[in-house]
Order: sequence, then structure tokens, then C-alpha cells
Amino acid sequence: MADTLYTSWGRFPQIAQQGLRLAWRGDELPEPLEGTSSLLPYGNGRSYGDVCLNRGGTVIDTRSLNRFVSFDAETGVLRCESGVLLSQILELCVPKGWFLPVSPGTRYVTIGGALANDVHGKNHHKAGTLGCHVRALELLRSDGSRQLCTPDENADLFAATIGGLGLTGLVTWVEIALRKIDGPLLREESIKFANLQEFFRLSELSDADYEYTVAWIDCIAKGASLGRGLFARANHTDSKSQVVDVDRGARVSVPFQPPFSLINRLSLKSFNAFWYMRQRQKQHTRTIHHRPFFYPLDTIGDWNHIYGPRGMLQYQCVLPGEDGRAVLRNMLSDIASKGSGSFLVVLKIFGDRESPGMLSFPRPGVTLALDFPNTPDVFRQLDRLDAMTREVGGAVYPAKDARMSAESFQSYFPRWKEFAGFVDPAFSSSFWRRVTGDKL
Amino acid sequence: MSQVLVIGAGSAIAEATARIYAGRGDRLFLVARDAVRLDIVADDLRVRGAEQVDVLVADLTDHDRHAEIIAAAMDAMPELDIVLVAHGILPDQENCQQNVEDTLYSIDVNFLSVVALLTPLANQLEERAKGTVAVISSVAGDRGRQSNYVYGSAKSGLDAFLQGMRNRLSKSAVHVLTIKPGFVDTPMTAHIPERGILWAQPEDVAAGIVKAIDKRRNVVYLPGFWALIMLIVRSIPETIFKKLSL
Ligand SMILES: Cc1cc2nc3c(=O)[nH]c(=O)nc-3n(C[C@H](O)[C@H](O)[C@H](O)COP(=O)(O)OP(=O)(O)OC[C@H]3O[C@@H](n4cnc5c(N)ncnc54)[C@H](O)[C@@H]3O)c2cc1C
Ligand SMILES: NC(=O)c1ccc[n+]([C@@H]2O[C@H](COP(=O)([O-])OP(=O)(O)OC[C@H]3O[C@@H](n4cnc5c(N)ncnc54)[C@H](OP(=O)(O)O)[C@@H]3O)[C@@H](O)[C@H]2O)c1
Repeated sequence: MADTLYTSWGRFPQIAQQGLRLAWRGDELPEPLEGTSSLLPYGNGRSYGDVCLNRGGTVIDTRSLNRFVSFDAETGVLRCESGVLLSQILELCVPKGWFLPVSPGTRYVTIGGALANDVHGKNHHKAGTLGCHVRALELLRSDGSRQLCTPDENADLFAATIGGLGLTGLVTWVEIALRKIDGPLLREESIKFANLQEFFRLSELSDADYEYTVAWIDCIAKGASLGRGLFARANHTDSKSQVVDVDRGARVSVPFQPPFSLINRLSLKSFNAFWYMRQRQKQHTRTIHHRPFFYPLDTIGDWNHIYGPRGMLQYQCVLPGEDGRAVLRNMLSDIASKGSGSFLVVLKIFGDRESPGMLSFPRPGVTLALDFPNTPDVFRQLDRLDAMTREVGGAVYPAKDARMSAESFQSYFPRWKEFAGFVDPAFSSSFWRRVTGDKL
Repeated sequence: MSQVLVIGAGSAIAEATARIYAGRGDRLFLVARDAVRLDIVADDLRVRGAEQVDVLVADLTDHDRHAEIIAAAMDAMPELDIVLVAHGILPDQENCQQNVEDTLYSIDVNFLSVVALLTPLANQLEERAKGTVAVISSVAGDRGRQSNYVYGSAKSGLDAFLQGMRNRLSKSAVHVLTIKPGFVDTPMTAHIPERGILWAQPEDVAAGIVKAIDKRRNVVYLPGFWALIMLIVRSIPETIFKKLSL
């Protein structure tokens, strides 16, 4: 099957990707399709760049592995196949009073894909990454073996597989510990801040008492307003609401792909200014359902199409320590002066809860995420940002990357050589070949 | 709460349908030939809310076991409200043309085994004067085509059998549903390279099946637009049709 079934969210790079589906978790791994060299699991293609792509290889589509194995409503321990979407877990568990321990900004990702990128959410400062809540998994290797991996059993392989970018084998099922909730609602406060300094202060004030914190910033504002934005903080509430929990999915969608990117300097400037000004008061409080709170973008299907046929690039980095704060300022100035940033620029402080993952991205510091239309200049600009990230010992998130150099990767992930020892010999990805300089 | 017997429960379409019943809290009895797959499906349905799930491993071409299947299902589910028959294979037409044994085997799986199962079942349902029998046929049964007439003829035979059974059992308020899906993206069709707009997902077909059972429909094309396509296909005169490469 060589078609557009297998793309990544940024729609860059574009690859005529071949793939096969695995229908049952008991099935053996298929051989790579004729004329292709290696295998790579594919979740729901919500990674932005090329961690889920394998040019010249075969991807194994896991979306039919969407069965639950067991769920204990007393303890909140859930075991399910790797292709189950987070949205399906929520549908099952929220009515029973349980929630995902960690949730990324879209619920249309598979649990296997989320594990392989060791995803983080707005509660990283308290809960760490998803990998901190994985109790066990089964790994299917190309030698035909099935390895049960837990923090105690096959602990090395477990650590390599959490955040292992699909390279250590195919995860057939995952067992996670859910978080207890009293209902589907959250109490959210949104606070305007005038500059970066205020952002850091708000984070410091909020991170102890609020489970979820995140900020949106206006990437066009310069000078004294550099880094102005809205800070959101929230907790689950015990309000027993009567909201009926039907998942209606995307309410509207981008019906076709415009022939050019709709994101340009002008549209960006007006959107960012509008968004910032929209909230009149300094502080706004509301009770909100978990869906609009965690997954605002999921209401617009295929929103990635607005970037036109050339697609987009995401950049997410983490910058540690005091130096990180200074570098963040430089980055934002660079972006504001080019007027090239995006609608959604997100800032968050990562906490110090360590993930078991060997190649895990989050580490203590401030994380910045934004997207760029794919223009000729963007690669040079991102290289500049990379130089700044390297300078402070930070890292860039592979799930969102399509272009970092081997040199950058190896400085961001010092354990990469140790990790390489756990890579299944039949597995590879476009990303992996790039960041290892094809030297393996 | 309903009691639902699923024959060929490892089928992607059957599994998706069973999930809807499990979500309603119904009781299920699953029959399939692969024990491992059967347990995988049963566990999933339990988590999704089925009140009770029982399983039985059987190859349906083993006609001698049909009485046992029916007895075990009725033992576990005395009210037996719905029977969904879903097992089937899509044989390679060209291979069948060279191989009588393969041809007859696929007629057995797709037609004879269903007839063998429904013959005693129809009598029991007639006696109880209630229940639904829903059988997955195919649009391929509407007209024989050179590319898959071994499969098509089995489904066509099934259609006539169900038609007659419906006629007979309507007198005892037993509902007989013939389900005719078009192209569905399942393991049965995984070898077909292209996926166009005519293709449906098993979940969509499953929703259509449950709706047709709830509404006591007689024959349902899924998705619905296939009714129109097949109307056109059936209306082409045979003198022209035989010259087409379909
Ligand atoms: C709108 C949006 C918001 C996002 N917000 C966040 C966020 O807040 N935080 C965050 O961390 N991420 C975020 N992401 C990124 C996203 O959560 C990750 O890229 C996620 O891993 C995608 O999962 P997927 O199922 O689509 O997997 P894919 O993108 O298809 O694959 C991801 C990786 O997982 C591997 N993989 C998939 N299945 C298996 C398996 N069964 N066994 C082994 N390896 C497997 C693949 O090989 C690949 O390396 C966001 C993405 C989008 C589009
Ligand atoms: N997919 C389509 O495009 C399409 C279109 C029209 C109609 N249909 C019909 O829909 C029904 C379901 O098919 P599907 O698409 O869901 O395909 P599927 O997932 O391949 O399911 C077919 C099932 O039939 C089972 N089976 C085959 N021979 C059997 C036997 N002798 N005894 C017991 N079980 C047997 C298979 O068991 P194993 O798992 O053990 O192999 C499999 O679980 C079939 O009747 C098919 O003809 C399908």
C-alpha cells in the first residue's frame, strides 16, 4: 500500500510511505515489504516530523490493535493494546472516574505512539511524563521473541522503549496507572501577563497548587512586551456535573488544502494581537470540560492543512536553568524580529520528576513550542535556534522535529549510544538515520 | 439488555458490532475458530461493559458441531435475542478456476456452513416466536462477475435462502436480516492495494448493522449508497454485461 495513508502531522517531509497492518497482537511481525529494508511501528501519525516515517522501509500500522485487555475500576490500572487512542481510553474511563495520568495536546494519538515519544502534558511539573505511569509493556522483537518489560523486569529494555521512538521493537500492549477524578470538569483560571518575567513569576506562584499550568504567548510582541501572553492554570473539580460525555470529535474541519500557506506575517500579527486583547480582564475564571481544556485543537479537524502543500515545521525545545531564561529571551526576539512564528506559541515550566526513558526529552527548565510554515528561510532560522539550545545544554523534542542535525541530536541526548544498543536490528526510521548520520 | 450470539466473532465487522452491544451492557456468546483471537475479543468486550461474555472454539465447516454451538449458546443465554452470522472467506477467483477443492471449500464456508447452522436454529426460533437472525452477505451476491463469482454465487445462494427463511419466519415474528456490505477495510481485503471513496470502515458498517437490527429491516446495503450502485449494476442487460470486464 503506497499511498497517503502514512503521513506525519507537519506534512513535511513528504514520503511515499509503504505500510502493512498488524491485525492481532498475537500475530508475528511481518517481513518488510518487497524492495524495502526495515520496519517501523506507526501509531496515528500525530508526530510532526519523521520519527513515524521510514523512507525506503515499511511502517507497521498499529491502529487495528485497538482492544482493551483489562481495566480495574477500583485501582485504575488499565491494560490495552498499543493502537488504542487516548480518546478511546477517555471514553471508557472518564465515566468511571478515571483520567489519563498525562495527556498531550491532542487525544487522537495511540497509547503506543505516546509511549514511544514519552509524551508530556500541562501537568509535567507534578506528574512527569507518561513513562512515569507505565507499569508494564510487551515488546515484540524481530527475532520473534516477546519481552515483558517493567521497571523491574527487563528494566534496560523498558527504559530504552519509553521514549524509544519505535526503534526497540513493536509494543503490543501497555499497562498504565490512571489518575482518579471526581468528574469530567476542571476549574480554570486564565491570567494575562505583560512580559516574560511575569510568566516566570506566575509559574513559580502556581506550580505548587495547580496540577495543570501552561502559557500561550504573543510571538509578535517586541521590546517591553516581549513574551506577553495568557497563563492558564487549572485543577480537576469535584463538581458533579450532568454534562453528557459524548465525544463528537472534530466539529469543523479544514475541507481542502489551500494552494499556499494561510499563515503569513499579516495573519499572524492580527491573530496574536486579537487573542491577547480578547481577554479584557486581568484574570478570568471558568469551569470547563476536560475536552476543550486539554484538546482545543481537536475541534478543528485537519488544521495542519492551513499551512498549504509544503507543510510546516514545529520547534519545541527545553532550556534549563537561569541561562535558559536568558536564551529564551533571545529566541523570542529572533522570532519576533522575523515575524515568522505561529498562532500557537506555548511556554511551560517542566518539573524535575525524572522519566525512566533513556531518550526522554523533558528535563527541568522552560519549554517553548511553536510552528513555522515551511519557507526557504525557516531551516536557517531553526539552525540558529538549535545553536542557542545547545549553548545552554537544552534539547529539542524528536516528536516535533524533521530537521535537527546529527550533531545537535547527539548533544541533546547524551545517552544515544547506549540506546543504540537496544535498537532492534530490523527496525529503523527516517529520523534515526538522520540523527545518527547513517553511521550505525 | 439483549443476549447476542456472534458466529465468526473474530471478523473485524463482527467485532466492531459486538463492541456496540457490549457498550450497551448486553450479554454475548462468541464463536470463532481461533482460540487466541477469541479470548482477545472476549476480554475487550468485557472491559467495554458486556454483562457476560462466553466463548466457544469451533470451525464452522465442521457441521457436526452446530447443534452443540446452539445448545451451548442457549444454555448461557436462555433469552437469545440476536444471532449475527459473520464468518466468511474471500477466495482467490483465479485459483478457484483451477482448483475444484478450493472452490467447494469456499462455497462451504460462505454458504453451506451457514445453511447447516440456520436449519436447526430456524426451528428453535420459530418455536419461541421471537428473535433476530442477521447474516452478513455481500453486494457481490447481487450479480455474478468474472472477478469473483465463486464468492458471489455463495452469497447469492445465501440471499435466496434468507429470503425464504424470512418469508417463513415472519409468521412467527422472527426477524431475518440480510446485510450487504460493499468494500470494507478489514483483514479480508487487506491484500487489495487501493482504498478509494467507496471504502468503509468496519465501525461504520457495524453501526449500520445494529441500526438495521433495532429497526427490524429486511435487507440493508452498507453504506446505503450501495443500494443505488447495485440497482444500476443489476439493471445492465446480460448481453452487455457479459462483455464487460468486471
Ligand atoms: C495538536 C498536537 C498537539 C500535541 N501536543 C503534545 C503535547 O502537549 N505533548 C507531547 O508530548 N506531544 C504532543 N504532541 C505530539 C504527539 O503527542 C506525539 O507525537 C505522539 O507520540 C503521537 O502519537 P501517534 O499515535 O500519532 O504516533 P506516531 O506519530 O504515528 O508515532 C510516534 C512514534 O511512536 C512509535 N510507535 C507508534 N506505535 C508504536 C508501537 N506500537 N510500538 C512501538 N513504537 C510505536 C513510532 O515508530 C514513532 O516513533 C502533539 C501533537 C499534535 C498534533
Ligand atoms: N470486507 C469486505 O469488504 C466485505 C464486503 C462484503 C461482505 N463481507 C462479509 O463480511 C463478513 C465478515 O468479514 P470481514 O470483512 O469482517 O473479514 P475478516 O475480519 O477476515 O473476518 C472473517 C472471519 O471469518 C472467520 N472464518 C473463516 N472461515 C471460518 C471457518 N471455517 N470457521 C470459523 N470461522 C471462519 C475468520 O476466522 P479467522 O480469524 O480464524 O481467520 C474471520 O474471523 C464475511 O461474511 C464477508 O464475506 C466483507
